Amino acid sequence: MDFEFSEDQKQLGAEARRFLAAKCPPAAVRTVLEGPQAYDAALWKGLGEMGFLGVVVPEQYGGLGLGYLEACVVAEEMGRALAPVPFSSSVLLATEFLLTAGSEAQKQAWLPKLASGAAIGCFAFAEATGAVSPKTLQVAAASGKLTGTKLVVADGDIADVAIVAARTAPGSDARGVSLFLVDLKGLGVTKTPVDTIDPTRSHATLTFKDAPAEPLGEAGDGWRLIGEVFDRAAVLTAFEQIGGADRALEMARDYALERMAFGRQIGSFQAIKHMLADMYVSAALARSNGYYGAWALSTGAAELPEAAASARVAATQAFQHCAKNNIQVHGGMGFTWAFDCHLFYRRSNLLALNLGSLSQWQDALIQRMRERNVQAA
Amino acid sequence: MNFDDTPEEAAFRTQVRAWIDANAPKELRAELETAGFAGVSLSDVDPMAVAKAWQKRKFDAGWACLHWPKEYGGRGATPIERVIWGQEEGPYSALAGTFIIGHGMCGPTMMAFASEEQKRQYLPPLAAGEEIWCQLFSEPAGGSDLAGLRTRAERATDGSGDWIINGQKIWTSGAHYSDYGILITRTDPTVPKHKGLTMFFLSMKTPGVEIRPIKQANGDSGFNEVYFTDVRLPDAQRLGAVGDGWKVSLTTLMNERLSIGSGMSTGFPELFDLCCRIETANGLAVDDPAVRQKLATWAVRTTGLKYNGFRAISAISRGQTPGPENSIGKLVAGSSMQEIAMFAEELMAQAGILTDPELTAASGRFQRMLLRSPATRVEGGTDEILRNIIAERVLGLPGDIRVDKDVPFNQIPTSAR
Repeated sequence: MDFEFSEDQKQLGAEARRFLAAKCPPAAVRTVLEGPQAYDAALWKGLGEMGFLGVVVPEQYGGLGLGYLEACVVAEEMGRALAPVPFSSSVLLATEFLLTAGSEAQKQAWLPKLASGAAIGCFAFAEATGAVSPKTLQVAAASGKLTGTKLVVADGDIADVAIVAARTAPGSDARGVSLFLVDLKGLGVTKTPVDTIDPTRSHATLTFKDAPAEPLGEAGDGWRLIGEVFDRAAVLTAFEQIGGADRALEMARDYALERMAFGRQIGSFQAIKHMLADMYVSAALARSNGYYGAWALSTGAAELPEAAASARVAATQAFQHCAKNNIQVHGGMGFTWAFDCHLFYRRSNLLALNLGSLSQWQDALIQRMRERNVQAA
Repeated sequence: MNFDDTPEEAAFRTQVRAWIDANAPKELRAELETAGFAGVSLSDVDPMAVAKAWQKRKFDAGWACLHWPKEYGGRGATPIERVIWGQEEGPYSALAGTFIIGHGMCGPTMMAFASEEQKRQYLPPLAAGEEIWCQLFSEPAGGSDLAGLRTRAERATDGSGDWIINGQKIWTSGAHYSDYGILITRTDPTVPKHKGLTMFFLSMKTPGVEIRPIKQANGDSGFNEVYFTDVRLPDAQRLGAVGDGWKVSLTTLMNERLSIGSGMSTGFPELFDLCCRIETANGLAVDDPAVRQKLATWAVRTTGLKYNGFRAISAISRGQTPGPENSIGKLVAGSSMQEIAMFAEELMAQAGILTDPELTAASGRFQRMLLRSPATRVEGGTDEILRNIIAERVLGLPGDIRVDKDVPFNQIPTSAR
C-alpha cells in the first residue's frame, strides 16, 4: 500500500507553494479585497505560464497532461494561498466540462486558452435562492439561443466563456436540462457584478437575451454531466479547502504561541489547546478523506461518487471549523479588518456553497452509500 | 497513490490468507463479525478458551506476535507484514483482545528492560497466550496524572536487596485473569514526582497481591482494583534503573503507537444498517434528510479514521514510524460511538430503552454501546489528555504550567483544604 502522494507530486506541490508565496502573499489577496480589480491578473498570467491552470489538460490542448493527483496537489496550494483568481470556475469547472463533454472543435477552441490563462471560463448554474434542482433551471434554450438570468455566477464578470445549464424541454424534468457553451463577448449577454461575502473572488449575475449558444454534450444530458463534473470538482475543491483549513490552523497555532495573556502564552491554556487540537482533528480527517477522493478521481474508480462526497463533506466541515476558530483564537484582533483571519472565514463559507451546500452533499453521500448497499445485497 | 501490495507483500498476504483459511475457527466467524463494540461474547463457547486456543495455534505455526524476534516467540516480521496479518485475520482478531496489553505493552517493555534469561522464560508463553499479562499503572491518585502515583516500593531492611510493595492500583484491565503484570511504583518520594519512580514485573500470584473486580457503571467487571500489602519482590524483577520508571513507561507507550492500522470502530456501519431498516415519521430513516445529515458527519469521521490508518500504514511501509498524530483515533472514535449509540436509540424511540437482545433492534448492541462508551472516552488517556498530546506533540504548543513540577513528591498538596 502506498496511500501517499509521490515524491514528484509533492515536489510539484512545493513548487506551487513557492510560486504562490512569492506572487500571492496576503497583501496580494488584500489588494483584490480592497481594490477595484475583480482578480489578480498578473498572478493569473503567472499561474498559466507555470502550467498550473492546465495540469490535467492533455498536451495537445496546451496543458501539462498530468493526472488528477497532480491537480489535487496544486489545488491545495491555491486554497492555502487564498489565491484571488478564477481557478475554481475556470480550471475546476469550465475546463472539466470541456474535457468531459466538449466536441473536438470546442476543445481546440477553448482548452489551450483556458490552460494558459489567456481566457477565463465559468459555469452558470443557480437562478434563484435555494438549492438548485432541475425544476429551478429555467433559462431557456431554443434555436441555438439562450434567454434568462443566472443569479450568481462565480467569475461571470471576468469570464470569456461560460458553460450554461439551460432548459431545452419545458417543465421540471432533469432530462430537459442541457449544457451550452456561450461566448460571453457575444451578443445578448449582460454581466452585472454582484457583491458577495468574499470579495476576493468575483461574482456576477449573467442575463442572456437571445444569446448565441452552442450545445455542449448531448441534449438532455446536462443534469447527468453536471453531476459527473461536480464529483470531480468536489475532490479538487476539497483540496482547496484542506489547504485553507491547514493554513487557518497554522495561523491560530502561531498566534497562540505568540500572544501573551495572564502572564503566559495563550497556547498554554487548555481551552485554547483543545480548540486547536479539535481543529487539527477535523483537518486531518478531511485530508485523509481527500486522499481517498484523489485516489478514486485519479484512477476513475467506481467509488468516485461516494469518495467525492466524503471528501467534500469532510473538507467543508474542516475549513469552516478551522476558519471560524482561527478568529476565536485571535480574540478581538481576529475580528479586525487588518488581520487576515476574516479572509479565511470568508473563503471557507464561499467554498462551502460553490458546488452546492453541505447538506446537499451529506444527502448525496448517504444516498450513494445506500445505492451501493442495495447493489451489494 | 495506490492500494496494491508490493510483490513481496502480496506473496506474504497469500501465505497468511492460506494459513488463516486452513486454521481459523470458522464456525465462530459469523458471531465474531457481529460481536461489535461491546466486547466479545460468544453464545456456546467460553471466549477465553477459544481465544487461548487460537493464540496457541498461531504461536505453534509461527504467527503469534509477528513483530517480536523469533527467539522470544515472534516471527521477526516487518511492521508492514504485521499490518497485513491484521487485515487478513479480520474478525478473528477480536479474539486477541485478552492479549493486547501483554503483547502490545508488557512484552515490549520486558524486551527492552528484562534480562536475557527472563526474556526467554517469560516472553514465549506470553506470545503463545498461555500466560496473560496486565499493566499495573493507574491509581486512585494517579490517572491522567499518572506520575502522581503513590504505590510505594521500599528496600527490605534485611539486606536482601528485595523490594517491599505497598499500595493500590485501579482500572487494571484483566488483572483477574492475568498471570503476570508490570508495575510502576514510587521508590523515592523526596524528589519531584517523575524522578522517583521505578518499574517492576511480578506474578499476580505473589503473596500480598489482592485483586478485587470493580463493578462498572455498565454492570460489567472488566477492570480491577489491585491491592499490594507487603508484597516482596526480588531486585531481579526490577525493569530499568531505580528512579527510571517514568522513562520505562514511556517506552511502553511508544511501542503501542506501532500497533496502529486496525482502525477503531465508531459504530457507523451498524448505525447505517439500522437506518436502512427502521422507520421514522418520514419513512425509512436512511431517507430522512435530517437523519442523513447526521449520518454523513459520522460517515466521514469513520472513513477519515480508516484512511488515516492507511496513511500511517504507508508511513510504516516506507520505514517511517507513525507519530503522535495517530492519537486522533480514539478521540474521534470514542465520542462518535457515544453519539451514535444515543442517536440509534433516538431512532428506536420508546423501545430504545430495551436491552433484551430478543426484544430490541440490532440485538441490544446499541444499548450496550451506550452504556460502555463513556469508558472509551476515559480509558487509556482521556479525551482531554489526548487533546493535550495533539496540542503539545503535534502542534508544538507549550505544556501546561505544572505547579508540582520541581516540588518533591512528598510536599505536593493532596487536598483542596
